[in-house]
Amino acid sequence: MAAPYDEAAWSEEAARRVWGGAVPLQVHLHDADVTALPPPPPFPTLGPRIGYLPLLIPVIKAHFSNTLPPGVDTVWFEYKGLPLKWYVPIGVLFDLLCADPERPWNLIVHFRGYPSEILSPCEGEDSVKWTYMNSLKEATFIITGNSKSVMNMSQADQIALWESVMKVNLDGYKNVSTRLKLGPFEEDGLVQTPSVERQQSSDEPESPGSGKPCRVPVRLYVRSVQEDLEDIEDAIPLSDWESVSYINRPFEIRKVEGRSYITLEHALQTLLPEFFSSKPAIRADDSQHVEALDSPPDDSDITNSSRSSQEVEQASVSLREADIAKKAKVKLVRVQGIELDMDIPFLWVANNLKNPEYYLHISVYVGKRKQ
Amino acid sequence: MCDVCRWTYQGRSAVCPCSAMGVSPVWDGTLSPDGFNASAAALIKRWKEIEVDDSLPDWTWKPCCKLGVPSEEEGYLALEGVYHSCEGSQVEESNDFDGADVVADDTWVQSSSDAAHVYDFHVVYSYSYKVPVLYFQAHLAGGQLLTLDEIKQDLPSNSFKVLSDSKWTFITREEHPHLSRPWFTLHPCATSDWMKLLLEQTKEQSLQYLPAWLSVVGQAVGLKIPPELHCNS
Repeated sequence: MAAPYDEAAWSEEAARRVWGGAVPLQVHLHDADVTALPPPPPFPTLGPRIGYLPLLIPVIKAHFSNTLPPGVDTVWFEYKGLPLKWYVPIGVLFDLLCADPERPWNLIVHFRGYPSEILSPCEGEDSVKWTYMNSLKEATFIITGNSKSVMNMSQADQIALWESVMKVNLDGYKNVSTRLKLGPFEEDGLVQTPSVERQQSSDEPESPGSGKPCRVPVRLYVRSVQEDLEDIEDAIPLSDWESVSYINRPFEIRKVEGRSYITLEHALQTLLPEFFSSKPAIRADDSQHVEALDSPPDDSDITNSSRSSQEVEQASVSLREADIAKKAKVKLVRVQGIELDMDIPFLWVANNLKNPEYYLHISVYVGKRKQ
Repeated sequence: MCDVCRWTYQGRSAVCPCSAMGVSPVWDGTLSPDGFNASAAALIKRWKEIEVDDSLPDWTWKPCCKLGVPSEEEGYLALEGVYHSCEGSQVEESNDFDGADVVADDTWVQSSSDAAHVYDFHVVYSYSYKVPVLYFQAHLAGGQLLTLDEIKQDLPSNSFKVLSDSKWTFITREEHPHLSRPWFTLHPCATSDWMKLLLEQTKEQSLQYLPAWLSVVGQAVGLKIPPELHCNS
């Protein structure tokens, strides 16, 4: 029997690492915005993983203030020609755009020429705060079925919550966020609403309405890379956002037959069926095998040890045929800068690696076959 | 899962406790993904049936594409190329502008069809709120995008102010979920509340959902929805 697993202690440790995580940045002023020679040196700074780029603008601006052109600033950031979406947390941008983590991460800051066809407008901290609160409301709606716990927050609490995120203050955050009573996510997937008491050992189902299946807020960022890519560092940098599929879709917690916990793999299959299911263009009994199995055919790093060998044997032959029809293969899954194994318990990931707005952001690299 | 209350019930009973307990389930005003697809198909069909004067284009279904892989199940509705005159009413494509149009609005520079405002409307399903969401943008015939202020001037004078002040609807600029560009959108968070009121007494809530919803949100953005759309046929 394994040593006692102190879940609470592990969760606390995970939270400290997530909140403490930061991306070392090197911010270069865009050539055209330089008005004084010699051009100013790049500005080294830390971007909190759970933070947002516009929140760094004051300190960046201060650094470059002597060399900026006069007039109104419209600040935006760019990485290798790609304008960065300011409403995506810094850690997610880094995980998604830097296949091979570049440290420090070299970004270019612009003070003019805001690409408004590509980026929605940003009015500094207010816009980021609105985005954060809006995402929190959405996540709350997803988890509980309504946005009440956020809408009912006092002004003081709302301010305190936002300040704690802005200043990366985990203790301040926990003070307020626990009162929202959101989660933790459990394998039996029942929503904990304050008005309903949990019936621990009863066989009676909870009254309907309060027992709605719990959903986990997830934001997936799917990027395609060359199918035959061996080393992730050889991935071609992204040149436009059309090459990324953004999927804002909750995962509904349901007990899976024969499994004691929901794996990351299962969650991704559910959310990205196009990238996991094979289209069996074959005989009926083969397609039955395909449907009966949860897992995709396996010639990647996914371990098969948890499945019965009999199952695998039966299915592998027909699945290999179906494999040919498969369009894409998951190469890498990153959350909070960590590469995750496919059989990790998904709910543990959701509970411990989510962002302060209660969303779990997952970067997925898929190898696309050229068609 | 129970179709009625959408609760995953366990146990051997073939009947969900919601009906067993004699509690009549209360519809919460939301729409399932399948319901959205079905309602969309019904809308497209009905729109073509009632469209008499050809002043509005047809709704089309656009499948969602993930990295070039078109989805067989997921998609959104699009109504594109809706022309607006400066008086806020939709014009026929025969475009009979006259001098009066120029005088009515000082944002017009010339009374030619080049200065016409062209609207695109998309109806996208939100998995988070389980309701449809309206995304829209407007541009000049030449392609240049209009600002929110310019769009406001297209609307019947009071409607924009009333609806944006109301707690039911407000317009924001956000990234289109499928097109990676900023569009204008009507925030969906209150949709299920008012849809619940609107369709409480209706049968076939799923199929009627989009026509009913559209007749309300259309008003917020100056899109005139023919009343025949959501009449029971």
